[in-house]
Amino acid sequence: MASKYSNRTFMGYRRDNGRAGVRNHVLILPVDDISNAAVEAVGNNIKGTLAVPHAYGRLQFGEDLDLHFRTMIGTGSNPNVAACIVIGIEPGWTKIIVDGIAKTGKPVEGFSIEQNGDLKTIMDASRKAKEFVHYASELQKEEISISELWVSTKCGESDTTTGLGSCPTVGNMFDKLLPEGIYGCFGETSEITGAEHICKKRAISEEVGNKWYKMWEAYQNEVIEQFKTDDLSDSQPTKGNIEGGLSTIEEKALGNLEKIGRTSKYIDILEPAEIPDSGNGLYFMDSSSAAAECVTLMAAGGYVVHTFPTGQGNVVGNPIVPVVKITANPRTIRTMSEHIDVDVSGILKREMTIDEAGDNLIDMIVRTANGRNTAAEALGHREFSMTKLYRSA
Amino acid sequence: MIGIPHLLVHEHNDNVGVVVVEGLKSGTKMLCCITADNSTFELEAMADVPIGHKVALDDLKKGDTATKYGEDIGKFISDVIKGGHVHVHNLKTKRW
Repeated sequence: MASKYSNRTFMGYRRDNGRAGVRNHVLILPVDDISNAAVEAVGNNIKGTLAVPHAYGRLQFGEDLDLHFRTMIGTGSNPNVAACIVIGIEPGWTKIIVDGIAKTGKPVEGFSIEQNGDLKTIMDASRKAKEFVHYASELQKEEISISELWVSTKCGESDTTTGLGSCPTVGNMFDKLLPEGIYGCFGETSEITGAEHICKKRAISEEVGNKWYKMWEAYQNEVIEQFKTDDLSDSQPTKGNIEGGLSTIEEKALGNLEKIGRTSKYIDILEPAEIPDSGNGLYFMDSSSAAAECVTLMAAGGYVVHTFPTGQGNVVGNPIVPVVKITANPRTIRTMSEHIDVDVSGILKREMTIDEAGDNLIDMIVRTANGRNTAAEALGHREFSMTKLYRSA
Repeated sequence: MIGIPHLLVHEHNDNVGVVVVEGLKSGTKMLCCITADNSTFELEAMADVPIGHKVALDDLKKGDTATKYGEDIGKFISDVIKGGHVHVHNLKTKRW
């Protein structure tokens, strides 16, 4: 059934694999930490490229290495990336990432440093990056239905106002846009603790709910129970959460879960950085509740716009995905408005309804998809943070 | 509703509410709003409470469960009077 949202469109980039992108980056991606210098040199040589240095990629193994490859390949494959240069210390793992990204059909080329040195690698990769910039800069935007958007969410520096205002705003957006056919994603496994009985019931079926609960319980047993400290060392809730009035993880979790609205149900569970393949709908991604890690994982899962409710003012951004910040906290609006894209503080004054706030967010998502730089983009926030499952070999 | 509320409460069975104005002083007769249906009531603040922090809606005892969103959000580890400040000094998770 057509709703008032069905006819909404945005101007985006149609990629070879059919997906719709809202940014057009030429990405310079290191396989490993020791290739960061070459990657940054190429990024500096060729204007219009984006280097994304990171801390890992050596001597990882098993599930942890799988996650590293999935994050790298997913990041390069994201529809917000037009073309990608991959640089690694050696050709083997470099090729795995190049081949993974190449499946999207987009231009991608790998370079390895051993037996070439940084200087030759930088020169060769720079020449190719320049070609990619010419290619990307000639791509034209086209009109695309809002139903083709992939929208993720994660909240940060939460306080009691996120549960009252900014999280329900995101929930209202999902309740309106998921029926239009978008892909949605929420996560933050540790932060559902205290609301797990509610989250389990928000699955599309008992089977999916049980699958979710097993995943949540495994995290409790494998990580929390093994390493837990009193109040998790002020990490859940955090010092910022406590300053903002949140006293317990249960209270934080209940506010967090407001992000999936009243009617939305999740249809499947994703591994960290996994690209969904069960069709359109809402997914739960097993993920850290740390802002940069979580947004990085969801971006690698193929999501192109991120909605980020904050209370006390988390400033996170992402290199390839615009992060739209929403707050209901009037103090945060007063003290750090440069970080906020959508002000829903009227909800606390009872001057704005959740329905109106949801529509305001949808408008901002469309404007962002059309090209409006978010606060995080304008301020240069490009946090690219890998999740690591255990110590390297 | 008449005026801007000082305190928001999610559900009717909650025993804590959230201060949503800056600089709330002890003794303020707070306009309180239950967001589930926008019904209102009045309550006197018994402490200076920062924005975002919670206030007890009843006299609550050590060992009682705090209820917000209509759900269990932890246990009181000391008594708190109606209108008093509720936070980590008197409320603790049941999880860790």
